[in-house]
Amino acid sequence: MKKAILISCALFLGACSQNAAKSKHADMPIEDGKVYEKVLANGMKILVKVDRRSPVVVNQVWYKVGSSYEHNGITGLSHMLEHMMFKETKNLKIGEFSEIVAENGGRDNAFTGKDYTAYFQTIAADRLPLMMKLEADRMRNVRISEAEFKKELEVVKEERRWRTEDKPGSLTYERFQAAAFMNSPYHHPVVGWMEDLDAMSMDDAMDWYRRWYAPNKATQVVVDDVNPFDVFALAEKTFGKHKAVDLDPPKPQPETRQRGERRIKVHGRAELPSLLLGWKVPTLVTAQGDAEVEKEVYALEVLAGILDGGNSARFPRELVRDQQVAQGAGAGYSLADRLQTLFTLSGTPAKGKTVEQLEMALMEQLQRIKDSPVSDAEMNRVKSQVLAADVYEKDSMFYQGMVLGMLETVGLNWGKADEYVPMIQAVTAADIQTVANKYFTERGLTVGELVPDVAQQGGQ
Amino acid sequence: MRSLMKIAVTLSILFSVFVASAENIQNWTTDNGAQVYFIETHSIAMADIRMVFNAGSARDKISGVAALTNGLLDTGAADLDANGIAEALENVGAQMSNASLRDMAVLSLRSLSDESRLMPALSVFTKVLSEPTYPKADFTREKKRLLLGLKSQKQQPAAVGKRAYFKAIYGEHPYAEMPSGTEASVERIQRIHLRRFHKNYYVAKNAVIAIVGDLSKERAMQIAEQLSSAIPAGTAAPVVSAVTALTEAKRLDIQMQTQQSHIMIGQPGLRRGEADYFDLYVGNHILGGSGFASQLMQSIREDRGLAYSVYSYFSPMQELGPFTAGMQTKNDQRQQAIELLMDNIKGFIANGPTQAQLDKALKNITGSAPLRTDSNSKLVEYLAMMGFYKLPLDYLDQFNDKVRAVTVESIRNAWQQRIDPDKLVTVVVGNGE
Repeated sequence: MKKAILISCALFLGACSQNAAKSKHADMPIEDGKVYEKVLANGMKILVKVDRRSPVVVNQVWYKVGSSYEHNGITGLSHMLEHMMFKETKNLKIGEFSEIVAENGGRDNAFTGKDYTAYFQTIAADRLPLMMKLEADRMRNVRISEAEFKKELEVVKEERRWRTEDKPGSLTYERFQAAAFMNSPYHHPVVGWMEDLDAMSMDDAMDWYRRWYAPNKATQVVVDDVNPFDVFALAEKTFGKHKAVDLDPPKPQPETRQRGERRIKVHGRAELPSLLLGWKVPTLVTAQGDAEVEKEVYALEVLAGILDGGNSARFPRELVRDQQVAQGAGAGYSLADRLQTLFTLSGTPAKGKTVEQLEMALMEQLQRIKDSPVSDAEMNRVKSQVLAADVYEKDSMFYQGMVLGMLETVGLNWGKADEYVPMIQAVTAADIQTVANKYFTERGLTVGELVPDVAQQGGQ
Repeated sequence: MRSLMKIAVTLSILFSVFVASAENIQNWTTDNGAQVYFIETHSIAMADIRMVFNAGSARDKISGVAALTNGLLDTGAADLDANGIAEALENVGAQMSNASLRDMAVLSLRSLSDESRLMPALSVFTKVLSEPTYPKADFTREKKRLLLGLKSQKQQPAAVGKRAYFKAIYGEHPYAEMPSGTEASVERIQRIHLRRFHKNYYVAKNAVIAIVGDLSKERAMQIAEQLSSAIPAGTAAPVVSAVTALTEAKRLDIQMQTQQSHIMIGQPGLRRGEADYFDLYVGNHILGGSGFASQLMQSIREDRGLAYSVYSYFSPMQELGPFTAGMQTKNDQRQQAIELLMDNIKGFIANGPTQAQLDKALKNITGSAPLRTDSNSKLVEYLAMMGFYKLPLDYLDQFNDKVRAVTVESIRNAWQQRIDPDKLVTVVVGNGE
């Protein structure tokens, strides 16, 4: 079986280079750093970013499915399915996928998020055709047996124990998210509730697979020193064989408006307390079509940098070093989430300080942002760091691919990536004050606190 | 976006592999004795500088001094306080980071190569490296933060396990301690200890400077001189004392109210640069070092669903670094898991791999050579490692040939010589009730 694939791939290569030679695009100059796009007849999008630096190819296939597509009772299903995608297909035996990648000197894995499931290989550039053949195969041909499903479900439960159950901080964050989002699917964790995992069946996984794994719900991203038109030709021969599937889009499920502060406590087997504050804010996706809100998104991004972007930012400078109220403190915001998301502040009180003192200090920080404009020096520092990071990112082909794949998969165009730097540069101190006053309201606040429970270790 | 002429794929393959080869690594010594390793690559307008000193926690007389000496470098230097240092770097988009391991103390800088950015960044970096002031207020605060950090480690079964494991396999050797020290040892640390440590070990003859990026050889030479001449020549640190071999198998159970038990099994393994490195490396790749392709993953996760993560690795160091295998599993199946892990290790030592396993591993390792050096950040780390452990300049060129020379017999012999299956230490953290 393995041989069959290798042989047909060799044929592929021949066909492909022939095609390239005759292609009408053969004389077109290929620009380094540029992204080339093609949509196949079946609706699958292919993105190729040309990177002249490396003989290595990064190949990623992104699917529009993740935990935010799930409903109560089946949480964790997208992630569980991701695990099953490495098992058996019509053409491959169990485990053969990764075995072939390894024998070809590659590394492969996958990740599931709220809004996407993505599969990737990093491998010598001449193995791209083989990777595309394998990915096209598992897009439609996966088989799931009862025995393999049951075994893998135990692996996933171990993963949840390791990621969440035994980490009091993760456990608190999960419950904090659940408290902040009532009806939005951002309510539940990517790995799923243990209670839902307990009840998950092979049929659930198969249904989910048939429903979301289709060419019209997928994007392939290639970062490589390659002629994009060769990749497009290959894509026609591999992914292009699959028919588009008629799929209902997920229900919109916008979060219902919060009508007052919410507070939760999580008692955990912890040595130190910690604190999370969150407010609901828009993202580039929810802002689509509204230029004003889109500006706000970038202002929120700069605000996160003012608070927590580097060692000169306000949190490390004032909360950790000057006031010594925090052991550590941070600000978090994912501007490319598919649904309305949280802007979070978090921290652990310094020795001798209480959670209440830390909360007060964090709120004071926000009040200052609301009341007085951020200094030019601070604005410039954040912007300098963004400009430099834009250069540094070129050192990671994988990251470059991730940006494109994620933007496409959450429903933005990959071209949004090019807007990032200019939009950040355009943010003013007044913009930051405006968004702070608009979104960080008393009634919109959710607070999560981890309470160390040393006496009754383990709790539940 | 630059517009480039079309370059044949084969040409770029040659070029990239070239970048990490001996011909492309430039190596020299600064006037006062620092070793410099440089790769010139202009594809991105940035520069990476990684300075490593033989000043890890293996040098500690009071555990935690090396880590605080390194960690507090950016809290005050020459005329700058912590804010001044951070502002000066972040104004030009530069990123500075540090790390303190058992062998190495690391200080690194990433900057744009444009001189209007690079020069100010280098100026701060030089001060931080050479003139730390360890201000009293910062020292007091950071000591408190380290103590609280140590306390928080007690809620993490992985951290508790690692600490106990190193203690159990290294006994009285300096590698036994975690670089972050213990609450008792950190309480004893005074500012003077940091000053002395810096004076003794942050010296040119104890340093390797690795540079990768968009710089000419001349500019790299200037930079190396600027950094090295800011510190005294000093002397290289003495050799680390020898590790005493374990005399018996041990099992340590640590009770913790977790859902999973964390398991670590191992013993002291090997020094960096030793002749049998490739036999052990390839062997470990097969046993537990290659993710889904490894024997441990197959036996414990794929066949039985007992764990999410299971692995083994060698960490070659100046003195015998550890060989470690580990996994996590829910408490009630931990005994089964430990036995299975142990059987796999002992079986591998007794029999070595099969020829089929070896063939697959060779294909994977040799085929993935380009992945090892596909970014500036990986290159600069390799250069610093090669310099620190005095590996030959053609280390990366030779890598695949040395891997191909390994046989089933050479793997079995090397493992049998290095790892005594009857003297393995097992540490288990979890709820055994």
